[in-house]
Amino acid sequence: MQEEHVVAEKVSPYNLKIPMGYTENELAQDLQNQEYKFGFTTNIESDQAPKGLNESIIRFISAKKEEPEWLLEFRLNAFKTWQLMSEPTWAHVHYSKPDFQDIIYYSAPKQKKKYESWDDVEPEMKETMKKLGISMEEQQRLTGTNIAVDFVMDSVSVATSFKEKLAELGIIFCSFSEAVKEYPELVKKYMGTVVPTTDNFYAALNSAVFTDGSFCYIPKGVKCPMELSTYFRINEGGTGQFERTLVVADQGAYVSYLEGCTAPQRDENQLHAAVVELIALDDAEIKYSTVQNWYPGDKDGKGGIFNFVTKRGLCEKNAKISWTQVETGSAVTWKYPSCILKGDHSIGEFYSVAVTNNYQQADTGTKMIHLGKNTKSTIISKGISAGKSHNSYRGLVQIHKNAQNARNFSQCDSLLMSDECGAHTFPYIECKNSSAKIEHEATTSKIGEDQIFYCLQRGISEEKAISLIVNGYCKEVLNQLPMEFAVEAQKLLAISLEGSVG
Amino acid sequence: METTITQDIHRSKSLSDFIQKVELTNFQPLFSEQKRTNSFKLLSQLQFPTTKDEAWKYTRLGKISSGNYQLQEGTKESIISELIENLEGTILVFVNGKYAIELSKIHPEVGVSISPIHRVDKAWLEENTSIGKNQEELFLLLNDYFAQDGVAIEIEKNTQSTQTVQVLNYITENNSLVATRNAIVIKEGASIELVMSYYAENETSSFSSHITEITIENNANFTLHKIQNENSANLTIATEEIKQGKDSTITLHTYTLNGGLVRNNVYANVNGQNSESNLYGIYLLNEKQHVDNHTTIDHQVAHCLSNELYKGVLSDQSTGVFNGKVFVRKDAQKINAFQSNANVLLSDLASMNSKPELEIYADDVKCSHGSTTGQIDEEAIFYLRARGISEKNAKLLMIDAFIGEVIEKNTNSLVKDKIYSLLQNKQEQL
Repeated sequence: MQEEHVVAEKVSPYNLKIPMGYTENELAQDLQNQEYKFGFTTNIESDQAPKGLNESIIRFISAKKEEPEWLLEFRLNAFKTWQLMSEPTWAHVHYSKPDFQDIIYYSAPKQKKKYESWDDVEPEMKETMKKLGISMEEQQRLTGTNIAVDFVMDSVSVATSFKEKLAELGIIFCSFSEAVKEYPELVKKYMGTVVPTTDNFYAALNSAVFTDGSFCYIPKGVKCPMELSTYFRINEGGTGQFERTLVVADQGAYVSYLEGCTAPQRDENQLHAAVVELIALDDAEIKYSTVQNWYPGDKDGKGGIFNFVTKRGLCEKNAKISWTQVETGSAVTWKYPSCILKGDHSIGEFYSVAVTNNYQQADTGTKMIHLGKNTKSTIISKGISAGKSHNSYRGLVQIHKNAQNARNFSQCDSLLMSDECGAHTFPYIECKNSSAKIEHEATTSKIGEDQIFYCLQRGISEEKAISLIVNGYCKEVLNQLPMEFAVEAQKLLAISLEGSVG
Repeated sequence: METTITQDIHRSKSLSDFIQKVELTNFQPLFSEQKRTNSFKLLSQLQFPTTKDEAWKYTRLGKISSGNYQLQEGTKESIISELIENLEGTILVFVNGKYAIELSKIHPEVGVSISPIHRVDKAWLEENTSIGKNQEELFLLLNDYFAQDGVAIEIEKNTQSTQTVQVLNYITENNSLVATRNAIVIKEGASIELVMSYYAENETSSFSSHITEITIENNANFTLHKIQNENSANLTIATEEIKQGKDSTITLHTYTLNGGLVRNNVYANVNGQNSESNLYGIYLLNEKQHVDNHTTIDHQVAHCLSNELYKGVLSDQSTGVFNGKVFVRKDAQKINAFQSNANVLLSDLASMNSKPELEIYADDVKCSHGSTTGQIDEEAIFYLRARGISEKNAKLLMIDAFIGEVIEKNTNSLVKDKIYSLLQNKQEQL
């Protein structure tokens, strides 16, 4: 009973109260708010490391976080590997390479003391969260709200809500650095097992300099009763954000995890290189949803975030991992959430909507590695390019020798909204088993003039018609998002495409 | 001196070593000494691509680079049975890459000039070879260096040729290095059909480089049937570079039935509005055969259509690769481009790597691609067996139906019959 009331008032990370029965008209009204609205900065004193990257910076970060010796070793090893690696150039994106010596690798809101409770959080910080829509006060007032939020600003996790309530079920949900202190054996056991430090250039960099992130562990057989959410925010100029997320669902557990992100409007390009590792043990299920809305740069392509992220999940027997992403932000996106289907009967899913406008570039997709028998994967990718942007789908479906009866279905559609943008598809399909069935299909087209004409005839303005058609086009993906994110995502789509049709 | 020697050891896969290893007996180069010297200079700075190169990700060239090759002389006495009977037209036969005048027959027709390319004048050769920049430099240079002969065709303006030209390449000797260069020019409003077949005597080994450069002028029409039926020790790298003018049509059928390593590169530069490009291919592989089809269709102008359909059946330890690229350049609006690749794996050791790509820079287009890899439908086999058809025949029937879709695209019934008869032999081995 109480639940219903709560749903109607649910607070989303984007400061939108979502009423039931949100209509197209309301959507159109929301559309009027079209600028990037999270472009503010918060005036909070921060504790920073000097610019640059070397061994002593890594030792500095490690010391700051009061880390055990093994983690420092892990970082230094990663740093050594990173030094030997070169930046990948195969992606279909063009940008001036970041100067890795010109980045501040550690920046934390200056904390007077450790927060014991919500009341200890500084008012400026609370204000920031409020602006972003993560009003924990409000959430706390509404008993039974079902999102627990971990808020990461610049490099450190600021506050985590609903800890005790989750603890009752044995669920661990805390910042990464806290997990290192409190649950070192769990972190040690799982960290780096899905994304090894040697995996790629940015994963190695992240492993060397990561500052915080979220850690989540769902014990055997527990179904997490609320959605867990991490919220990332870059605040300081000149900094990079390097966070790590580790989600472990033990046998038979279930969790739905949300991730959101924003950054201030700045002329410089800031680097965000995260690593996300998901581990679904036997019969477990993890649903990971992202609404990515980093600052995309202005309409001339100045500024914006470089989003170079490594996300990967490992499925044991009968496990399922589902990635859902709505990518509307970032100047350059380079992101391939993947599933390693190691256990028999495991399932991997990838649902993505990627929207690029102005000078944005996105090279995104997924990897489905089928190792176990009877493994299944589904890929639905919808790309929308507008303005002078470039949107690429790059995916790999790999069926190994022993993956009997593996099944894959991929669909990658692209929608072109202007004559200066580009839409590209680069699927790799590798099959080494004769009992596997793989299907891939892709289409590229623009919104049909007949469709627009139909709407215009019925008194729907062109802009509204486009919004309607785009939302319909993305429906398959948006339906996979939790309710509070789905409406958000629809709105974000509309905002991102604002002014791209004429 | 010592340092240079060790360097040479380290660069054992370098191309200058590869070239110098080749025995050039009775070599009559097609291209001028100057061009060849230049090619050699450029080649010695290059190395064979490895699987780290994106274009060669799934194809290893170790077999080619480690081989010892010779330019071979050889003869074939009787008229070769591989020719398609009843097909009226010029027949040109090349044995080990050299023109076999006694086996060839020129069918005179007004407005149609066909001859071995070594006989054409230098200016024509210069003008109609190396026409595109899309080809991989290395294999173009290699062909420049070793090419001895090939076929030159020029069809005069508005000549609708009634003949079907047959070009047969035959390998008779072991360790042969064969390099042919073909240049085809179809002038405005003209049309012709050409069958190019590649065969080899049993138990021969070879490395072949075939480059065919095709210029299709406005409103011209060209059909090429390519039949590749060599043996498991014959390695081939074949390239078709096509330039298309306004209102023109190219149809290319590629039938790969046998070959140790076959790489087909097709580059279609569509540079005239309202033109049509059709690429069709089948490949049936067994043993350790490897076939790699790389196609690129580059739509540079508006209002064009392209169709691509490639189907493959793989058994034993064979490997297949398909990489189709469709480019739609900026302002090339109203393009319809369709690409499809379907594969059937018959054995657990066979593998297929498919990479259909679209790169689109214009918005008013309809482009699609599809790729499937699977096996023969068990239920369909059951249906047939329940009706008294043996498992083997049921399987063959299903394969027939699967690749039949591609073969039926061919409108030349004589060529089609030949393909079906060749298929019958091949299917026995699958």
